[in-house]
Amino acid sequence: MTSVIKATVDNSVSGYQTFTVGTFSFNRDEYFAYINCPNGEYVMSIDDFLRALMRDVAWGFFYGTVAFDDVFGTINHYGNVDMYMGAQHQDWIVSERAYTENFKSDVLMGVFKSILSDWVNEGFDPFAAPQETGLAWGRKNGNEDALIDRQREVAKRMVGMPGDAPLRSDENGYSVNRAFADVDQEQPIIEAMPGFEGELSAFNFFGYLSRSDVTWNPSVVSVVRQSLFCPTTEEYILPIDHGNDRCEWFLQMSDEIIWDIKDKESHPIATVTMRAGDVSAMPGDIRHQGQSPKRSMLLVWENGSPEILEMIRNGTVPMVPVEF
Amino acid sequence: MSTEYKTVFASIDDYRKGGVQCLNEDPKRYAFSNLYEVAATNAPYDRIVVAKNLDYTIESVRAEGGSDWYVCAHDEFVVAMDYDVEVHYLKLEDESVIDDDKDGAFKLPTNTSGQEMGRIFLKRGHMALLPEKNAYRFHANRPSTLMIQSILGEESIEKWADICLK
Repeated sequence: MTSVIKATVDNSVSGYQTFTVGTFSFNRDEYFAYINCPNGEYVMSIDDFLRALMRDVAWGFFYGTVAFDDVFGTINHYGNVDMYMGAQHQDWIVSERAYTENFKSDVLMGVFKSILSDWVNEGFDPFAAPQETGLAWGRKNGNEDALIDRQREVAKRMVGMPGDAPLRSDENGYSVNRAFADVDQEQPIIEAMPGFEGELSAFNFFGYLSRSDVTWNPSVVSVVRQSLFCPTTEEYILPIDHGNDRCEWFLQMSDEIIWDIKDKESHPIATVTMRAGDVSAMPGDIRHQGQSPKRSMLLVWENGSPEILEMIRNGTVPMVPVEF
Repeated sequence: MSTEYKTVFASIDDYRKGGVQCLNEDPKRYAFSNLYEVAATNAPYDRIVVAKNLDYTIESVRAEGGSDWYVCAHDEFVVAMDYDVEVHYLKLEDESVIDDDKDGAFKLPTNTSGQEMGRIFLKRGHMALLPEKNAYRFHANRPSTLMIQSILGEESIEKWADICLK
């Protein structure tokens, strides 16, 4: 292996902090994030890095792999998490540069949150579409802790029911997104007979989605045991490649998303183009990254069953949901 | 001047399906179908499974005219995907017909008796709870598409080779 050469980063000029966890360290300057591990240094554009880091934090390391790009990312083992550099890139593996280190989830999460707090400048919202936010560049300038601490809405049964996650409205700060101004906001008419007023429930699902203030960040709207409807609104590019450790499903509710599909060594293997009404599985042995030319509504369908964790551990979880 | 956007939805009589372009992959692994196409090409109230994760399902249903009464031991949810659909609810007089260990919806006899709970009028994009142990039926004046979140049961129909890209 050749030597490790580190870029010159001067915190006294940029105003940012350096963060260290295990043998990894993280630096930023006006344009780039610098990630160091014992096998080398890797550099990412700071806007891409912060958008990816925001999803990894918001999703609690999510299901399986959150690949910031082809080189750097995390793999969730539910309680502990691998952070890797090059471990899912064939050339890094062949050249013996690939490096992986395991952390307790809460330890790594704490460091990631601290990075976001220090490195996100005032005016830049890493959850927002590029047209809806300021820029990530420049020297240290304030923070956006209120934005990066947003919690995604998680319904226990269905949003809008008494005691459950609330509907979105102008009054609680969720205005209709500029790209969904034409989406009908009328709520369903419920005619309950006397005595059954609290038992019939419905809401405008598309209207609810039209008021999402974030992109590529699913919330949970309805729950059948461990079956979770996790819709989200998408615009521009999913900031990460998601490599699930189980099958998941996408159902396109509006507009169009083009999914680049790669294998787990970053080779492109397919493109899935989804239009309104399309349904597609995402196998458990691929990585996917979506591109949404116009803000669109996507229903992500997840199975949160604890039995799947056991199946992942013993290698019996199916990679495709159905065979025919 | 602000940009104007048009949100593209689809319907049972107006959909434009995407697809899978493979380099080194089998398209069948994506079980790619379209909710509206499935509703357009199947019989009213057949519950066609378009997505399945272990025993959990998402089913596409063509609503047209009135349906039978259904009931289920667990919650389900329905979304009207294009046109207006009514959901009628009934508190069963006799809940012993429901087996708590049985997943998925099942049909009830036409003469099922109980107390009317009310009805919900759904338009495109509206979601309604189909609460556990209460009977429900649908009515639509024109062919419409429903998406149901449920669990595989005796009414669920799997016909993957017919609905998916190959």
